[in-house]
Amino acid sequence: MTTTIELSGVSKSFGAIEAVKDVSFSLEAGEIVALVGHNGAGKTTLIKMMLGLLRPTAGAVRVLGEDPATGSAEVRTRLGYLPENVSFNPALTGTETLRFYAALKRAGRDQIPGLLDRVGLAAAANRRVRTYSKGMRQRLGLAQALLGQPKVLLLDEPTTGLDPASRRDFYRFLDELRDTGSTILLSSHALSELEGRADRVVIVGRGVKIADGTLDELRRIARLPTRIRVKLAEGEERRLDGGRDWRAVNGHMLEIDAAPEDKVELLRAAMRAEIADLDVTPPTLDELYAHFQDIEREAGR
Amino acid sequence: MSTILVIAEKEIREGLRNRWVLATTLLLATLALSLTFLGSAPTGNVGAGALDVVIVSLSSLSVFLVPLIALLISHDAVVGEMERGTMLLLLSYPVKRWQVVLGKFLGHLAILAFSTLVGYGVAAAALGLTGGDIGRESWAAFASLIGSSVLLGAVFVAIGYLVSALVGERSTAGGIAIGIWLVLVLVYDMALLGLLVVDQGRTVTGGMLNVLLLLNPTDAYRLINLGGTAGAISGMGGVADIATLAPAALLAALLAWAAIPLAAAILVFSRREL
Repeated sequence: MTTTIELSGVSKSFGAIEAVKDVSFSLEAGEIVALVGHNGAGKTTLIKMMLGLLRPTAGAVRVLGEDPATGSAEVRTRLGYLPENVSFNPALTGTETLRFYAALKRAGRDQIPGLLDRVGLAAAANRRVRTYSKGMRQRLGLAQALLGQPKVLLLDEPTTGLDPASRRDFYRFLDELRDTGSTILLSSHALSELEGRADRVVIVGRGVKIADGTLDELRRIARLPTRIRVKLAEGEERRLDGGRDWRAVNGHMLEIDAAPEDKVELLRAAMRAEIADLDVTPPTLDELYAHFQDIEREAGR
Repeated sequence: MSTILVIAEKEIREGLRNRWVLATTLLLATLALSLTFLGSAPTGNVGAGALDVVIVSLSSLSVFLVPLIALLISHDAVVGEMERGTMLLLLSYPVKRWQVVLGKFLGHLAILAFSTLVGYGVAAAALGLTGGDIGRESWAAFASLIGSSVLLGAVFVAIGYLVSALVGERSTAGGIAIGIWLVLVLVYDMALLGLLVVDQGRTVTGGMLNVLLLLNPTDAYRLINLGGTAGAISGMGGVADIATLAPAALLAALLAWAAIPLAAAILVFSRREL
């Protein structure tokens, strides 16, 4: 594994406001990492520091072995970035826009039609950006980030404005890129859509790194309960054995929050009764996130 | 170098696309043509050469118009792109900030040069075609008018960038740009004139007047165009006689007026965080 991005003890303050406090993590080649946090948690500030647009007040940022703020501009030819609210000059066409950015990155023009086709803008390539919908602009933004086959992709809230179909295409696209050995960092607050898509999650809250790991690891650490809901068959008594306190939910349903180690036993108990339906809901990413946020808040007190 | 050219080319393309180039060229050509033909009516056939009259009226017009056009296209250059979010993306590319400013400067200058050359050139060509007798000296003065007008434009493009790099909002940049235009184009000269009248030559010597005139780029521009043969028929002739400034000094003043704000704009922009 080769480390492409490394943050060690990075802090950044704007006047009296500390936007990022002592954050360290590293990203490897060939992984998709989600940077998760609520608005104002410091995600964009972190990304801007990786781009060298902001200099950290303390700590060091290394991107592809260089300090992005002072190092050679060469590094940026191997970097792709999609800003949170991407915008382009409305007077130019999609192709013209990409030609401009390709020239700056010294990437060949010949890849532009292919890229436009890939993000589904081939038909609109020669229309002015003014006429594009928000989703189309977002896809044009993605196309410019992909110019020159970047080794590192930094995507700030990339799926805002995309409909579910293009969202699915987008993630499929990221998988292909990851398989070619690129590092992909995407920031998000829509946790539920990262399920099964991000290899690793870094959670930040109020400028501090709260958690870092694969989703399964984080679930294990958080020890959040799995919710089991049972619909009893007609005439069955509203009681299940196992000695646990099942809650009754609107008439003939029972529900329980099961700790990881009790889960199997509780399911067995449910199966012994006459049941019409069974639902098992593992803790969602949002619950996971809320959990780590709570821990952080308590620690902060 | 190529990065600067790429940015300049994009600026020109945008200027063509949003019709800035067309609008300024048409404006300058229309005004130059009307000055040429309406302005020549009162002179009749006496004295001054036809092109000299045009040079005097065109330079008086350019002093107002060229700075205004230059500030209009430049005040938005940095702060506008920051507000729209395009600057963030641009700077994530392998581009240095001074390259961004210089590239834009080249592009805007090319737009201004094209408009001036075509706009004023049309008037001169029309005059030549309608059979005016134009001496070689007048043509030289006309060439210097176009050259110095572009240089005057460069000065105000640079000033516009400095304003744009300093402020946090587009509207502030616009307001400051208009203020600068008013002061340098109108207020300064009126104040200077008032001072000269009140002073009656007691304390303000010729040397001091020289300095005061060089401190305003529009005055340096006026003296370049109204100091020569054409100056004899303009109101500036008198001032030009008292203020003994060589054309080289005036040119140097204009160049400095373009270079210093441009360098300052680059410096301010480089230190700015976004």
